[in-house]
This record gives sequence, C-alpha cells and structure tokens, in this order.
Amino acid sequence: MTTAHERVAREDLLTFVSACFASTGQREFYSDSRGQGVSISFLHDYVLGNYRVLYARVLACGINDHNQAEIIFRLLASGRRVAPEHRAEEGALVYRALERLPAQRAMRLLERLAQARVNNRRTRAIVRRYLGAMRDRELRAIKYRRRFRVAAAHVHLPFDGELGRLFVKGWREQAYRTPLFESFRRAHFAEAAIYDLPYTIAEGLARKHGVARDVFLRKIEPRMTNLERLRLQDTTRDALGTAVAFDAARLSPTRLASYVLSLSPAERAARRDELTAALQAAAARAVQRTNARLGKVACVLDRSWSSSGSSEKRRRPLAVALATSWFVRAAASEHRAFWTQPTPDELLVDAVGQTDLVTPLLAAMAWRPDLVIIVSDGFDNDPPGTAGELLAIARARGLCPFTLHVNPVFDDVSLGPRPLGAAVPTMGIRDAEDLPTAIAFGAYAEGGGTFAELSAALDARVAHFLARPGEP
Amino acid sequence: MSREAFRAATPATLDLHGLRIGSPQTMGAVRIVPLVRERFVAPDADRAGDLRIAARDYGDSLAVVEVGGNAPAGPGLKYVSFVPHGLIVSYTTDGSPVVAQGASFGPASETRKDRFVRVMHRMVKPERSDGATSRLRMLPLHLAMEGFLALHFNGPDILWSEYSQQAIRRGLDPRSERSVRGTWLPGLEEAVRTFEIQPAQVGVLVFIADALACAFVVPHPDDYRRLHGTLLDDFFGELLREYAILYPHAAPAHAPLDGRGVTTLDELAHQVTRVRADWHAYAELLSAGLLGRAVRVERVRTMGPFRLERFVPVFDPDLECHLGERIVRDDGTLEYMKTFRLSAAQVRRAYVLDTLAAAAWNLDDAATALHTTVAGLTQRLVSAGFGYLLKPAVREALLRTKPR
Repeated sequence: MTTAHERVAREDLLTFVSACFASTGQREFYSDSRGQGVSISFLHDYVLGNYRVLYARVLACGINDHNQAEIIFRLLASGRRVAPEHRAEEGALVYRALERLPAQRAMRLLERLAQARVNNRRTRAIVRRYLGAMRDRELRAIKYRRRFRVAAAHVHLPFDGELGRLFVKGWREQAYRTPLFESFRRAHFAEAAIYDLPYTIAEGLARKHGVARDVFLRKIEPRMTNLERLRLQDTTRDALGTAVAFDAARLSPTRLASYVLSLSPAERAARRDELTAALQAAAARAVQRTNARLGKVACVLDRSWSSSGSSEKRRRPLAVALATSWFVRAAASEHRAFWTQPTPDELLVDAVGQTDLVTPLLAAMAWRPDLVIIVSDGFDNDPPGTAGELLAIARARGLCPFTLHVNPVFDDVSLGPRPLGAAVPTMGIRDAEDLPTAIAFGAYAEGGGTFAELSAALDARVAHFLARPGEP
Repeated sequence: MSREAFRAATPATLDLHGLRIGSPQTMGAVRIVPLVRERFVAPDADRAGDLRIAARDYGDSLAVVEVGGNAPAGPGLKYVSFVPHGLIVSYTTDGSPVVAQGASFGPASETRKDRFVRVMHRMVKPERSDGATSRLRMLPLHLAMEGFLALHFNGPDILWSEYSQQAIRRGLDPRSERSVRGTWLPGLEEAVRTFEIQPAQVGVLVFIADALACAFVVPHPDDYRRLHGTLLDDFFGELLREYAILYPHAAPAHAPLDGRGVTTLDELAHQVTRVRADWHAYAELLSAGLLGRAVRVERVRTMGPFRLERFVPVFDPDLECHLGERIVRDDGTLEYMKTFRLSAAQVRRAYVLDTLAAAAWNLDDAATALHTTVAGLTQRLVSAGFGYLLKPAVREALLRTKPR
C-alpha cells in the first residue's frame, strides 16, 4: 500500500536526482544561468527541508560535482536540524563525497564554508580531517595556498610541520626542508626552480621572470596534469610547433568527445585513426569502470543546432551524444546510432539543423532493438512536440522496447531536464558514463516502483559509496 | 519633382513557387516557420546557384538616399532613413555558379563616428561586375517602402478647385511613415537566436502573436544562414510591436498525432506525415493575408533570367496588407522576397489615396466610392494627415458641414 506521501516523495526525489545530474549552474542554449540558479536552489532547499535523510543519500547516486558540492554545503550549513540517529551516516556521506570531489572544487567549497561562516563542530571536524588526511597535501598547500590557509584558519587547524612557516611566519625568510616548499621559495628568485612546481603556479612565476612562452612550456611539460595537457593543446601547438601528448584513455569519453568536436572537420578527418582509437579506449575504460553490460541498443542522438550548447557549455550536449554513442558501442552487444540529421561519419558530426526526433525514432524502432536511448535536450520542433506522442503510441502498441530519454540540459521552467512526454522516463545526465545509473533510475521510474524500493536502492548505493575509501 | 510608383503595375498574386513550408518553431510570442527550397533538399543536391545574396554592414548610421537619378549629394528627390545594412545581389545570366561575396563599405573609422549621414545613390544600384558575374547593391525593403511612399506622390493631376497650391505644386511631398526595428520587438531577438536553421532552408515566415510579420526568402541556404541575424535589423510594422507587447506568448497550437487504429510502424509513419501536413496547412492559413492576395507588381529591373519587382496589395482596410519586393526567375521560382506588414492606419491612408486617384481626384466621385459625403471624405483626409492637400478655406468649410 503506497500512501500519497510516499508517492509524492518518490516523484520529488526522482525529479531532484535527475536535476542534479543535468544542472551545472551554467548557461544553456535556451535558458540563462540566473533562471537555472533560482530553479535548482529551490529544488535543493525543498528536498533538504522535506527529505533530509534522502537528500544526504543522493550524494551516493553519482550526481555531478557541482551539485555534490551544493549538497555538502547545505548539509553542513544546517547541521543543527539533523536527527541524532542519522548524524553518523550523514557525516560519513559528507566526508566521503568531499574526499571524492576534484581538489579545486573541494577547496572552493571549503572557502565558501568559511565565507558563509559555517563553523559548527561537525563542519570543523570534517574539514580538519579532510585537510589533515588529503593526498598530496604539500602539493595542494602550494597549489591552493590562499584557500588552504583560509579553510585551515577557519576550522582552527594547527599548521603542523613547515606549513606554519609557509602560511604564517613570512615564507620568504627561511629555507625549507620540504622540497616542494623550498622550490616554491626559490622559484621567486631563480627561474630554474619554477619547473619543480605545478603548472598553474609556475605559469605566474614564469611571467615574473620573463621566461619566453615556448621555453617555459617545453620545460614545464613533465609537470602538467593530463587535463592541463588537454587544455593546452592549441597553446602548445602554437608555441612549440607540436602539441603536448595526453593520455586519452584516462579521460572521460565526454571530455574527449568535447575535444574532438572542438577540432575542425579537416583536422578530425586527418587524425581519424588517432581520434577513433582514443574514443574507443576512453569508452572501453569507462565501461570497465562502470561495469555496464547492454544488449541490442539503438541510440537516437540529437545533433540539432541547440546541441551546440552555450558560450559556457560549448557543444556539451553534442559531446554527450557523441560520447554516449561510443560508450554504448563499447558496452552493448549490438549498437546502432540514429542521428537527427543523418551523418555519414560520426567523427565529423556537428550541430546543425532542426530537431527531428521522429524520423530517427521510427528508424530505430524498425531495427527492433532491446533498448532505445534518446539523447536530446527535449525541444523537438519538427514537427513540434510529436516525438513524445509518437513514443506514447508506440509504447502502448508494443512497437517500441523500453526507451530512456537522457537529457544533458537543465531547463529551469521544467525544474529539471525537459521531458519528452510522459510515456518515457527522462533522466538528467552529465557524462556518458552516467548512463548505467540513468538506466537504473529510468527503469525504476518506468516500472512505477514503490518508494520502499527506491529507498532500498539508495541504501545499496550508499553502502557501495561508503565501502571503498581508497577508490577515487 | 515627378516620381510616382506603380503607374505601370500589373495585377498578380503572390506564391511560394519552389519552396516548401516546414514546421514552426515557437519562442514566446514569435513563431518562425522555415521555408525550404526543394532543389536543395536531397543530401547530394547540386548546391551551386547562379543568384546569390550577401549582406553589407553599414553600421548604425543614417542615410540619405537619392531616388531621382541625380548626383546623391546634389539637389533632387531624396529620402532619409536609418540603414543598418544593404544586400549585394550577384548573378550570372548563363546559369554558371556564383559565390556570394560579403563586403564592407567604407573604412572602419567611418562607422565609429557617432552621428554621420551616409549618402547613397538609389535603392538599387549596379556595382562593378566581376567577369560574367554581375552585381548590384540594394537596400532591403527600401524599394518596397519607397514605392509605397511614392504612391500617387504627384498629387492631383486634374486641377480641381478644392486642392491647395501645395498639393498642386509639390504633390504629397513630404511623405513619411514609421516603422520599428526588429531589435525593438520584445522576444524577437531570443526567437532568432534559438531558431534552428534547417540545412536546405532559404527563408522564413515570421509570425508575432500569430500575425504574419514578414516573409524573407533568399536564393541559397548558405546566404540564408549568413542573413538570418539581419532579421533583427529589418524594419517591421508598428502594429507588430504592439502585438509583441500585448501577447508575450503565442497562442498554443498543437497538431496531435492520431494513434487510433495504428498497429504497425508504417502506419505510425503515415500519421506523422499527416501531422506535418497539418502544420503546413496551419502556416498557410496564417499567411493567407500575404499569399494568394491580389497585388500590384511593378518591375524595377530585369537581370538576365531574373526580374526584380516590388509589389503593393490592393488596399482594403478590412484585410491585412503586406507590401514587399521580390526577385523571380523566369520560370516563376521565387528567389528573393522581403515583405512588410502595414499597420491599419497606413492601410487607411493608402486606401484613401487610391480611391482619390481612381476617381481622378474628384472629391464627389471619391466620396461616393467610399460611401460617404465630401465632408466625411475631408474628415478622413484630415485624420490621415493629408489635410494640407485641400485649400484651408475649403477644408474648414467642409469640416463644418455635418457629415451624414
């Protein structure tokens, strides 16, 4: 027997999880970041106020980093309202999530906590533990000096070892025994020392020493992280003649797809073998990481003009569609992609034309797959609004298997990703490797599962999330 | 001063020969319907074209345009207007392909002065040709608008005693009309930004609160993609600004997919085709005020197989009226079109002038044609801003007599 309260809770929670996958607080093609901010912060406040226990557990669902940070902040800022019996679990979830956040996001979150003067005992304990136990602590103390200092001072963390001399006592005055700190000090006076520092720190000091760009880039290259290498492809090609190498297999398929889409069609064609191999490797790794196994899958992919994203999310929806295609190809036994504008070569795909989801959907259904995945922003306009109706009829007549609509775009009016009618579940998505999670939630929404089932599924995710502390 | 438009006009009807109406995209009050050229639809279609149009940016500047044929800076008949951009039409007469050429006019520093007036030679002016390719520059919609302003511009051609000395000597000079820039229409900018251009699309029908605002057609999809943004620089009727403010959301329109009796995918596909046909019919219904209406067409220029024409509708205060200009190929294919929706007041003005001219400027005959008295006609002329055509004494006397 499902009570009305449980039904509402289930729907609220699915809406919230879906929104937490899609929303990044950035501007989208159809809506600006301001409207999105209002919309998503309302959702956060609403779920926090009404379902605090579930709100914390959403951290374990694999939602995007932006919303994880948002949840951590709101939980810590309202610590008084947590029930005593849930305090331990909430604390563990918050700490685990904080630990898994990328360093720059985590440090920004700590600074935000300090600025908002969130200084309860639990916050202090969690931040102290985080700053005390973090990996590469010295590196981070150098790389995020200001935020590290603000956060540590805020939670009254004593600066142990040479941290105190670095942060408090005038760091120029003495030599350090910690090699990185010593390099940092010397780098202010000698150019040779800057090449022991992280790239972002060295860049500013190189300017101070007036090092030529090409000399600097060549010497700092070994210190670059993989993402820095990806980001500096064009810069290094201009300065050095050849772009620095990066390890494509370590990138997420979506990030790699974004990179591929940023290249001109001519360059993509010229580097076809290399890019194809990279996409394959990244997808294979993501499939291995998520342990996804799929059967005969048809992907209906939106490459309309609106998938070009916004100035803040350049071509992101298209990149998610492209990465989904490769991810599914690696995970499924049989795979076919149906684009809204047929493309002879997936590698050369670009955002063009109107959104005609109906034609590729009919083609996909005619292929008789076990699963149809639609990647689209939900604005179908040729003919307008027909895709949802088509899916409803096809599902009712048994012409179409289980269909999941994944949507990388947050729509502030719909309080989440814009759906394609009521017949198919819509889930937000940030990266192609979120697809197994989206399928699991989508199947649950489709099956009309009860609140108890959802709760149990969340419990399992929480147990899994908290179990392996070593895994990033 | 002798310049009058549509003296040698031929009656015709407008159509979208060679174009297909697509599904609308709606954003707020604005509904934009794409027009697709059939011959570019196939993916391996021959994309070459022998008539191309490109934009030329004039910056934000006023222009004085010479219409009489004299030197632009000298004395003569001119009009003053805000001219944000012009169009460069390139064509060949033997059918060989042309590449559209964008161009900028004058040095960049010129456009940086805050106020200056550009002086231009006619609305349509041939430019230096390039081998077999001929070029001409035109100011979009100015041809049509100038034609509208110059309707019966000479004033009465029979010296009836009621007309003032000014009407007899100078005709309708000066004559002015107002319009609003596309950027001033609330919601149009957002709609134009988010509009998804189809690969074979060459034009649009723009509706504001489901009233046809303009039709815009160019010869080639590449040209359209470049000129899409110029919709914001075009001018629109004042009426549409009111509509855009009063109705921030277009009326919900939906063509439902009928699933009754559908058992196979082919049947479903057939139903989708019907939905597309419904949208097609809907756009045709909404644009009935432009397409299929009787218009008077004046040929402005013949360019090999192409005719540059401007048109005004047969004015009727009860119907929506669009004027515009177009380029038609000799087989009837519409290559270029741009239209302007007149407001009700503008239509009334033109209607009164038309009726007067048809009655050979005889007030009694015109009043009969309008089912009113001479006093009523005078009242209309005065409220339309044409009071200066009549002698003041006559005008006052007529206004004092009570209309029937």
